[in-house]
Amino acid sequence: MAEYVIETAKGKWGIVVGLEIHCQIISKSKIFSGGSTEFGDEPNVNVSFVDAGMPGMLPTLNKECVHQAVKTGLGLNAKINKYSEFSRKNYFYADMPTDYQITQFRYPIVGEGEITVDLSDGTNKKIGIERMHIEQDAGKSIHDLSPTKSYIDLNRAGVGLMEIVTKPDFRAPEEAGAFLRKLRSIVRYLGTCDGNMDEGSMRCDVNVSVRPFGSSELRSRCEMKNVNSVKFVMQAIENEAKRQIEIYENGGTIEQETRQFDPTTGQSKLMRKKEFAHDYRYFPEPDLPPLVLSDEYIADIKAEMIELPDAKKQRFVETMGLTPYDAMVLCENKEHAEFFEKAAQGHDAKKVANWMMSDFFAMLNKKRLDIAQSPVSAENLGRLVELISKEVISGKIAKDVFEIMSETGENPEKIVEEKGLKQVTDTSAIEAIINEVIASNPDNVAAYKNGKTNLAGWFVGQAIKMSQGKANPAIVNKLVREKLDK
Amino acid sequence: MSEITKLTVHEALNALKNKEFTALELTEAYLRNMENGKKYNAYITECADVALQQAKEADKRYATGTNRALEGIPLGIKDLFCTKDIRTTAASHILDNFVPPYESTVTQHLLDDGAVFLGKLNLDEFAMGGSNETSYFGPVINPWSKDKLLVPGGSSGGSAAAVAAHLCAAATGTDTGGSIREPAAFCGITGIKPTYGRCSRYGIVAFASSLDQAGPIAQDVRDCAILLKSMAGFDDKDSTSCDVSVPDYEKFLDGDVRGLTFGLPKEYRPDGLNPEVSAYWDKAAEYLKARGAKVKEISLPHTKYALATYYVLAPAEASSNLARYDGIRYGFRAKEGQHLDDLYINTRTQGFGAEVRRRIMIGTYVLSAGYYDAYFLKAQKMRRLIYNDFMNAFNQCDVILTPTSPITAFPIGDESMLQNPINMYLNDVFTVSVNLAGLPALSLPIGLSATGLPYGIQLIGKPFDEGTLFNAAAKLEADAKFERK
Repeated sequence: MAEYVIETAKGKWGIVVGLEIHCQIISKSKIFSGGSTEFGDEPNVNVSFVDAGMPGMLPTLNKECVHQAVKTGLGLNAKINKYSEFSRKNYFYADMPTDYQITQFRYPIVGEGEITVDLSDGTNKKIGIERMHIEQDAGKSIHDLSPTKSYIDLNRAGVGLMEIVTKPDFRAPEEAGAFLRKLRSIVRYLGTCDGNMDEGSMRCDVNVSVRPFGSSELRSRCEMKNVNSVKFVMQAIENEAKRQIEIYENGGTIEQETRQFDPTTGQSKLMRKKEFAHDYRYFPEPDLPPLVLSDEYIADIKAEMIELPDAKKQRFVETMGLTPYDAMVLCENKEHAEFFEKAAQGHDAKKVANWMMSDFFAMLNKKRLDIAQSPVSAENLGRLVELISKEVISGKIAKDVFEIMSETGENPEKIVEEKGLKQVTDTSAIEAIINEVIASNPDNVAAYKNGKTNLAGWFVGQAIKMSQGKANPAIVNKLVREKLDK
Repeated sequence: MSEITKLTVHEALNALKNKEFTALELTEAYLRNMENGKKYNAYITECADVALQQAKEADKRYATGTNRALEGIPLGIKDLFCTKDIRTTAASHILDNFVPPYESTVTQHLLDDGAVFLGKLNLDEFAMGGSNETSYFGPVINPWSKDKLLVPGGSSGGSAAAVAAHLCAAATGTDTGGSIREPAAFCGITGIKPTYGRCSRYGIVAFASSLDQAGPIAQDVRDCAILLKSMAGFDDKDSTSCDVSVPDYEKFLDGDVRGLTFGLPKEYRPDGLNPEVSAYWDKAAEYLKARGAKVKEISLPHTKYALATYYVLAPAEASSNLARYDGIRYGFRAKEGQHLDDLYINTRTQGFGAEVRRRIMIGTYVLSAGYYDAYFLKAQKMRRLIYNDFMNAFNQCDVILTPTSPITAFPIGDESMLQNPINMYLNDVFTVSVNLAGLPALSLPIGLSATGLPYGIQLIGKPFDEGTLFNAAAKLEADAKFERK
């Protein structure tokens, strides 16, 4: 795509951005205990003795989380490391019951990978994945219930996380946004993370540095913590880049630091300078042996991999004739893509796609429904398109039929039949209508004959209206001209 | 003191089966000993009510012939094992109000076999110490004390003293660098630290996770065999526990040492080794030789690095393991403090004793950025070399024979130990390598010093070969004819 440049009065700047994304693993129990991962319960209900860091309690690795991580790694086209290790990251905080986090440090479960992002101008870009490791989540501190006390909810403590670290491959805010959407799409396809950034099940840290445009140097970066929507990530990058540029242009320097993004202002403020960075004192977790995966184990998970958005998109383009853009939009969400495929089965796929992306999604939006709750089934949407293709109804009538379908959920064939909406293609019936229109509008006929030939459209409209929309517009058009020109 | 409390576990079991006395009578006799033995300060928490209840249940079992392996045997439990509804302190102020809502796997095994729990035994705070002087609940007195009060060794000092003074029939201990074997040696009794992974660590307050192992402390070798059989076994709640079947250790007692080779590591006989220690070591080798075993000198070349390695790794793990004692969720919480950091600092400064604070600081230091490679990583590499030393040695011998400690029990408040903690750490010189290598090792009494204090002798085995240790130990026990208290 066109390169992203920030131009100031003094010069042109480019950006270098990398992301770290925490994805909560979908699993029944927590990653190192039998505690439930249920979201939204009363505080401190889903807390086992292990989660609470009680004396003598030991972590045991939840195999389901490992399975989910390997699946995600494969979805990122990444190397699965057959040997990985757990480490302790030591820091004191009230919502971290053991005062250390079990994570992976030197030997992560997933190595380098790559995913392709789709950009608005129709081009693609490959973004490198540096690594992905698994670790436990902390609990939640609640500071706003009392002026003097903090409250701790440990329900989330110990829930499995996948931390995905990208290479510093982003050169535009849009690329980061597209990456997050693609990543969210992949983990949702796989069912390994629900990807809800607003609920915190997917959280993003953004590393930004700037450099003179065209340069290949890497300058000090600043990290913005917990930027929790695609929009905010793009906003955070843009504003952080501007902040850094202003400092450079005023003769200052940027030093590595951690910043807190404020979604209400779009700006960030300093959390801590590099010299106050935590010393996490990582060391191998002595309570857990190294995680060793067999080739067979990895192969079994590979075998259960489903078609992911990129492959699906390509298939929709190549075998169903969709434009890359339509295919991308439909494939971003697995349920949408599946609905589309079902609806398009045996019908005009492009028309089905158009219907889905216009009236259908508009209807869901308006009714605030998930696709799974749609009153219009995939089969019925396909049937509706088929009725148009076969010229049983016009596109205009189809909109009315769709309106009824979205209220009643009925089969469009039945609606057309019962309401008598079938398109009239019988020329004699149409002729009769046109004759009547001509007969009752002598002034316009005269005007037409005197050269106002664009009145033909008015006659067509009148005839169709008189047929209650059922007259085939092509036939009406042809007959109106024949009769007026007679 | 009632004669029945002088019985070993196996003798008491026979007597109970033969209805010579009831489990209730036995428990009551021990409770009386505990009452009379308060001077030893062996117990932190006594639980007479629980014990009497369990003893009554045991008698019912005997009456109906449904008695289990340890039915009615009154045990003391090192206060590092979490016991459900019984206060568990780790001998620390920071846990002095902590009552676990769960039972450790090892103590659950003992309960499932019908044992009676008399109470929770004193120890060095968080098992950090070699003299039991770091306990928040005060030092334990060695029953062998004469004119001066002596330490029982540590960290399982309460366990060793209680067994030696017959305040329980046997006890549980834990051993991170010698904490079962050294006090057993100082108190003239027997203890075994099994192979790492043999006993579950679930529910045992962690000191250094990669080194900690539970084991029994008892009056003789057979009692250790009986207790270890009950305590050991795979546990899916401890990922470092090993799925290796637990043999009937008593069967090994009747074995033979003919054909076995015992290695004596030359590095364990440095210049200046106490001649008494050296002499008892040779005597033990002679006993074995006389029974047809081969004895040969072996080399464990990295021995000299073992203490330094241990005192990097154990504090490193401890610094992280003890982070959870922060005053937030359970245990002691300091009253002062405006901010979260104040709460941590005040709670931990007041809640931990000096030795624990020292080790947390050492551990934090060796893990810090810039020091990790020089200390922790190097120590880990050395740990591997020490392990390799043992594996090479086991190509030439079946069991390694060494002294347990270079000294006998020393006086409480010994100036040289208190002023320089290194002197205290040096007492662990013969025991720490075993933990670094994860091997099983047993200590039994071999004889008395000129001043009348017990020396221990140590047998170190191949991984999961506790059976051979019991075999050899039974022979040494028979030959040494050591007279217990």
